[in-house]
Amino acid sequence: METLRYERVRDNPKFKELVTARTRFATTLTIIMLAIYFGFILLVAFAPGLLGTRLGDGVTTLGIPLGLLVILSAFVLTGIYVRRANSEFDRLNDEIIEESGR
Amino acid sequence: MSRRGRLLAAAAALLPLPALAADAIAGGEQRASINIEAVVMFFLFVAGTLLITRWAASRTRSAKDFYAAGGGITGFQNGLAIAGDYMSAASFLGISALVYSSGFDGLIYSIGFLVGWPIILFMVAERLRNLGKYTFADVAAYRLEQTPIRSLAAVGSLTVVAFYLIAQMVGAGKLIELLFGLPYVWAVLIVGVLMILYVTFGGMIATTWVQIIKAVLLLGGATFMAVIVLVTFGFSPEALFARAVEVHPAGATIMAPGGLVTDPVNAISLGIALMFGTAGLPHILMRFFTVADAKAARKSVLYATGFIGYFYILTFIIGFGAITFLMVNPAYFTPGADGVVDTIKGMIGGTNMAAVHLADATGGSLFLGFISAVAFATILAVVSGLTLAGASAVSHDLYANVFARGRTTEAQEIRVSKIATVILGVVAILLGIAFENQNIAFMVGLAFAIAASCNFPVLFMSMMWSRLTTRGALYGGLLGLLSAVAMVMLSKTVWVDVLGNTEAIFPYTNPALFSMSIAFAGIWLFSVLDHSARARADRQAFGPQFVRSQTGLGAEGATAH
Repeated sequence: METLRYERVRDNPKFKELVTARTRFATTLTIIMLAIYFGFILLVAFAPGLLGTRLGDGVTTLGIPLGLLVILSAFVLTGIYVRRANSEFDRLNDEIIEESGR
Repeated sequence: MSRRGRLLAAAAALLPLPALAADAIAGGEQRASINIEAVVMFFLFVAGTLLITRWAASRTRSAKDFYAAGGGITGFQNGLAIAGDYMSAASFLGISALVYSSGFDGLIYSIGFLVGWPIILFMVAERLRNLGKYTFADVAAYRLEQTPIRSLAAVGSLTVVAFYLIAQMVGAGKLIELLFGLPYVWAVLIVGVLMILYVTFGGMIATTWVQIIKAVLLLGGATFMAVIVLVTFGFSPEALFARAVEVHPAGATIMAPGGLVTDPVNAISLGIALMFGTAGLPHILMRFFTVADAKAARKSVLYATGFIGYFYILTFIIGFGAITFLMVNPAYFTPGADGVVDTIKGMIGGTNMAAVHLADATGGSLFLGFISAVAFATILAVVSGLTLAGASAVSHDLYANVFARGRTTEAQEIRVSKIATVILGVVAILLGIAFENQNIAFMVGLAFAIAASCNFPVLFMSMMWSRLTTRGALYGGLLGLLSAVAMVMLSKTVWVDVLGNTEAIFPYTNPALFSMSIAFAGIWLFSVLDHSARARADRQAFGPQFVRSQTGLGAEGATAH
């Protein structure tokens, strides 16, 4: 019975659609996050002077807003993923489970 | 010491900060007189959490209740609990101290600790929730041979827990000695005994709620301090920074990267340890089984990322606030032999006390007592989570699935788990006392390196790679574990700083880039070369596992209470 359900899910074209879409989305977001973080680290390692550039007349440097943006980007990327996964992907998932039970 | 030298010392002391804090706290020798407000508030916290433990005990009937809080924690609650596991006393005191002494460099650390979370969400969280039951070994051994893989995962978990726990216990003893005026041994004993009580009686339900309460208290206290600092400067960050530059001995250099991360290889290796180590910490991974389904697991990470990010922004403000409030007030420093005040090294109790002194400067002795009590509570909550993870590896993985091979009852398994908790607690107390005057700075770094090089690769490949075999996972995981341990032992942090040799054999302070690569290469190689009958079965079983990991079909649900 269980094996049969697994096979039904596996052979459902919607399953393939879900896996492809979700994998692509998650991979893209992972690459963006890694690029932002390691980009920042490489700036720290290779161009500390750039991060130390003062903004306007004050003492605040470019590194401060950039660092805060990295923190913010982590939260925003997480939010973007959760939003799509909790609506579109979960809907598709529910359909697949439903269809496997019949 | 020069600013550069100080930074290097800080970096070497231990990338992850808990040990940094423990290390610097070890430098402060003054013991405070008994702090009445702090003791009263801590007593209230303990009384409250023991009541919760009693309530949790009445609800803990099945193994699922004990290990996974019955699967009944919501995404929001779990997000707070995960953030709580992450916001240890050392990361609160250590990061604000790093910002205090080095400014911008503190921000680089916070970012490294945070960015692992999105990756965990995108790659791990849902599959983990769909496949697992109580421990991450459930997932790693899902389609592989139980005995070797469970044993490997248990060894990985217990090693990580042991190093992390010793570092926390020693840090706790030092910190409490300083804040409460309690003797070191008493402090370690109190932490150990309370943690045993929470875990044995209240299991995951109590551990989670203690963590949630502490997270709320810590976020509340930190927010209060940050707001007072910002109000003082009319909510103008520029005014805050300008004043900090004016009073800091290093002047304007605190606003730019200062040499903490100069070598790109070390920087990337550190980043990898922080990112993927987080995804291999057993006490964090366990939290994903306390929620009802994959949707709640996702929400947990979203909330956790939000809380942790917010917390690191607060510590940044607190660090700068401490510069402006404390450096101008000699009362927080011990003058040197020449009567000159060194506003970095001369701080009473060491620079890790920056946030604690700022509590006094912004909110008076009552608020100081509050923050001290919260710091104590934080340690308790974190060690409880670690102990539960260690006990689960013993009872669920080693006892139930390896020793008894599934032929045991739930009640017997819980009993073993409680015995394991008591033993772990006693061992933690003894090691905490034994390591009082040892250099333990390398331990949390080692824990993260092992988590990133053994637990994470095995877990990740078991979920992602259809051709993985038992032999590949076992050999690759062991290679990662051994190479991480060996490289840390031969690096400056142990070979020079602990063992007293003059030059390090392994040139980098963090081995994760290399040891994790070795683990992945080993897993790949030994899987590809494996043509045994077991390997065929391992590969064939990937199909059904893949379907379940993607859809949650057949996944553990929540128990109704």
